[in-house]
Amino acid sequence: MRIPCPFCGSRDSREFVTRGDAAPTRPDSEEGMFAYVYLRDNPAGALEEWWYHAQGCRQWLRVSRNTRTHQVSGAILACKGGAA
Amino acid sequence: MTQPFRLGAGGLIDRSRTLHFTFDGKPYTGHPGDTLASALLAHGTRLFGRSFKYHRPRGVLTAGSEEPNALVTLRSGARAEPNTRATTAELFDGLEASSQNRWPSLKFDLMAVNQLASPLFVAGFYYKTFMWPAKAWEKLYEPLIRRAAGLGALSGLEDPDTYEHDHAFCDLLVVGAGPAGLTAALDAARSGLSVVLADEAPLAGGLLLAEQVSIGGQSGADWAAATLAELASYPSLRILPRTTVFGRFDDGEHGAIERVADHLPIPLPGQPRQRLWKIVARRTILATGATERPIVFDGNDRPGVMLASAVSTYLNRYGVAPGHRAVVFTACDSGWQTAADLLATGVALAAVIDARGQAPASLIAPIRAAGVPVLLGGQVVAAKGSPLRAVIARDASGAEQRFAADLLAVAGGWNPQVALAAHLGHRPDWREGIAAYALGEGPGDLAAVGAADGVYGLAGALASGRAAAQAATQALGQSAALPPLPLAEDAPHAVSPVWASGPCRGKAFVDFQHDVTASDVTLAVQEGFTSVEHLKRYTTLGMATDQGRVGQVNGHGLLAAATGRTLAETGTIRARPPVVPVAIGAFGGHHRGRHFRPTRHTASHGWAAERGAVFVDVGQWKRAQWYPQPGETHWRQSVDREVNATRNGVGLCDVSTLGKIELIGPDVGTLLDRLYINLFSTLTVGKARYGLMLREDGIAMDDGTVTRFAPNRWFMTTTTANAARVMQHIDFARQVLWPYLDVQAASVTEQWATFSIAGPKARDLLRAALPEVDVSNEALPYMGATTLHWRGYAARLYRLSFSGELAYEISVPAAQGDALVRHLFAVGAPFGLTPYGTEALGVMRIEKGHPAGNELNGWTTAADLGLGRMASKKKDFIGRVMAQRPAMVDPARPRLVGLVPVDGVSAIRAGGHLLAPGAAPVAASDEGYVSSACYSPTLGHPIALAMLARGAGRHGETIIVHDPVRGGDVLARVVDPVFFDPAGERLRG
Repeated sequence: MRIPCPFCGSRDSREFVTRGDAAPTRPDSEEGMFAYVYLRDNPAGALEEWWYHAQGCRQWLRVSRNTRTHQVSGAILACKGGAA
Repeated sequence: MTQPFRLGAGGLIDRSRTLHFTFDGKPYTGHPGDTLASALLAHGTRLFGRSFKYHRPRGVLTAGSEEPNALVTLRSGARAEPNTRATTAELFDGLEASSQNRWPSLKFDLMAVNQLASPLFVAGFYYKTFMWPAKAWEKLYEPLIRRAAGLGALSGLEDPDTYEHDHAFCDLLVVGAGPAGLTAALDAARSGLSVVLADEAPLAGGLLLAEQVSIGGQSGADWAAATLAELASYPSLRILPRTTVFGRFDDGEHGAIERVADHLPIPLPGQPRQRLWKIVARRTILATGATERPIVFDGNDRPGVMLASAVSTYLNRYGVAPGHRAVVFTACDSGWQTAADLLATGVALAAVIDARGQAPASLIAPIRAAGVPVLLGGQVVAAKGSPLRAVIARDASGAEQRFAADLLAVAGGWNPQVALAAHLGHRPDWREGIAAYALGEGPGDLAAVGAADGVYGLAGALASGRAAAQAATQALGQSAALPPLPLAEDAPHAVSPVWASGPCRGKAFVDFQHDVTASDVTLAVQEGFTSVEHLKRYTTLGMATDQGRVGQVNGHGLLAAATGRTLAETGTIRARPPVVPVAIGAFGGHHRGRHFRPTRHTASHGWAAERGAVFVDVGQWKRAQWYPQPGETHWRQSVDREVNATRNGVGLCDVSTLGKIELIGPDVGTLLDRLYINLFSTLTVGKARYGLMLREDGIAMDDGTVTRFAPNRWFMTTTTANAARVMQHIDFARQVLWPYLDVQAASVTEQWATFSIAGPKARDLLRAALPEVDVSNEALPYMGATTLHWRGYAARLYRLSFSGELAYEISVPAAQGDALVRHLFAVGAPFGLTPYGTEALGVMRIEKGHPAGNELNGWTTAADLGLGRMASKKKDFIGRVMAQRPAMVDPARPRLVGLVPVDGVSAIRAGGHLLAPGAAPVAASDEGYVSSACYSPTLGHPIALAMLARGAGRHGETIIVHDPVRGGDVLARVVDPVFFDPAGERLRG
């Protein structure tokens, strides 16, 4: 599997650490904190998820992946507008 | 030594050189270009092994990597390799091979008695047998089965060869260098694409090397060699011979195994035995050809029954006649070519039996003209003799005829090899026109060409290779003018689906390697296993090392017939990687032994090794555990001495492995406030503060110390184990959660060497070691920090204590760490400076009740660890909300306590569970567990830290430490976890 890192180019997924679904946004208050920490939708199909280029540029990427076909269609840097 | 079955001329072998080899200890000869199979066949060898379940005598069935029968152990000693296909093992001088799965000998195998019990060994027998009595399983059945099971044996010795990993990136990966593949690769290269061309064989050409055909006026073999030479002239083209692409994975990744030195006695110096490739291709063309399939009939596994294309291969490529007198049994046009090849090389042809009612006149005529009986619409009923002696056939009218023969060439049709496409879910569909499964609507970046796409004519193969290359080239935005294709002809290639022939009453095999018969398929259907995937698992058809390449489709055909479905309705199984077996050593590459994972050394490692330190693995790090002195025979002697020396004098410990993170920017304090439970934005320059950070679910994650060197320059430490995790956490916080904060962070764990200097004489030592630095209590109070220069290098000095003694930590750039530690010990001699390792470090922190990794174990909260009051009420931080959930603040939760043995001497062991005295030792009575334990030389008795339910209010109680695994319960008293100097007076002076 390859991740298209915006800085480093198409890289082997072994250089990365995955964190999971990027859809949940961290709430500022107690309201919704339980859902943020524990609940995930697990969609079959399009998913945006967080990947960390641990062995490269150490940037968090928001990667678009299809959980059915495994196709990775793109990635944007979290710090450049990819952040929720 | 004669080779009675070697033809007088012909074959791609070097007859001028003779190679010597042995099989089961007997000497034989062959030639360069031979395989082990062809050389043994040249000697008339018929018996190559015994089958897996029934121990039936078996000979060579094929001439390729799909061989299910002729599996031998190649080489001896540490390089002995079981289950090597004799049909692809390239012959070299001195080769040793031995047959498998037989005792005492290949010719006389006692285990053949299994055949008598064959009614017991039908498909799925292991679900129905060896169950009663239950007690007999462990002592009787399992050892027997273990002895009888398996095929081939490993040497059990360390593999002396090395294996490499490599990567390749290309526009186009062409798998297979037959006529279609060579054409595709050449066109792509001419069009400017970067190409990788891989073929499992040592020579390019595929089945061209087995047939008497011409391309552009040259022989197929010559054309292949010339095309390969032209391909080699393109710098952007990589040719990988002896390389099998075994798997296709996401994003254009392919796994391939290159057999660099398998064909040599041993690898050349510096050469790997095999090389594992990861090939990333934008487009892929499968030119993997098709494999011939057999026909199922009684005795179809007898030595002497061979696939027709294999017979042609041995005749044409190796110059070997696999028998003296042959019968051809075919359901397709290509079988007639084998009949012609037999006649051309002078092998007696007893009959040609075509299961179809008709065949092209151009094929029949020369056979009839040679006086060979032809049975159209005939059937083979049985093969007799082991090795083969006779073929019983029935003609179209049903009359039986017997043909004496020692070779039966069977042509059941062709199966396109598109397993690689199936790896990503593209199962082939039934294509009626070729009576085979082939790639239907494939993925956009993969195409099958030539025989792999059911295009069996030579001219068609060249054209399909060109078309696919053109499509790939256009898709990648390139183009080129291409010369016309060389002239070639399409031989007749019609196929009819004939899965079985004759009554199939006895041993009529569908899967040769796993001894699956036609009646096993019938049984599976009777028992309800009617899907192809169930049939496969229930009968084990297609699960051997040949992965069903030979017999699987025949099994589908029988299944379809038994269930009244068409082949299209039946479908086929989903193939999975690897296509061929790949050695574990190849996947391991150089990651073996010392190199299984990286070893990290601290700056003082060399110095510590000189001092005789015993090292312990902490993750990938080597840390000095203790430093034994002459005369010390037990580690306790060393550790107790180090603790005493530190608490009474001064000790030094390398603490470089702790994670270190440099944080820069105006918003660092804000970020730290959000990460730690306590306040950091209030930390003043020149001061350090201990902090604890939580996970989002409120569980304690890591602790460390943060120092502020300048308003916008901070420095954080973490535990050794969590260094990477905390760095990731910080990066997530500042890039994802709060990207508007002006913070930069960098990991500097490896950039600094840090030593802890602890003990009452620590300040005296530092005054002597760093005379220009004011280390008085006023200038550098407890939890203070300063920067300095040591020998011109930037250094940092902290007044921190993990041991509870007057202590400092000094950091220099890692490259100076060795020099610093030697300097400190040179200066430290008069003070009795003693090195201490992780054990003494651990004893001292347990004596002081400091939580460490054992307590930060993923179950504990800040409050559990007695650090609840550290949590600031003035700010939000990660984990704050979830840490307040009722179960997280329940007073009944396990809480950090100290334990001492009531008898003053019994050791308390970590992992023991805590029970009230008199409580039954069951889970319901469990009140907690011991997290850390040691002998305290400072106090003179064993101590422990534990998590005890409601522990804060139970000091003074007695509790049982229950250790059922290691035995020996201990009665302990619950005490405050800070065993020594609870007021902390020693650190503040």
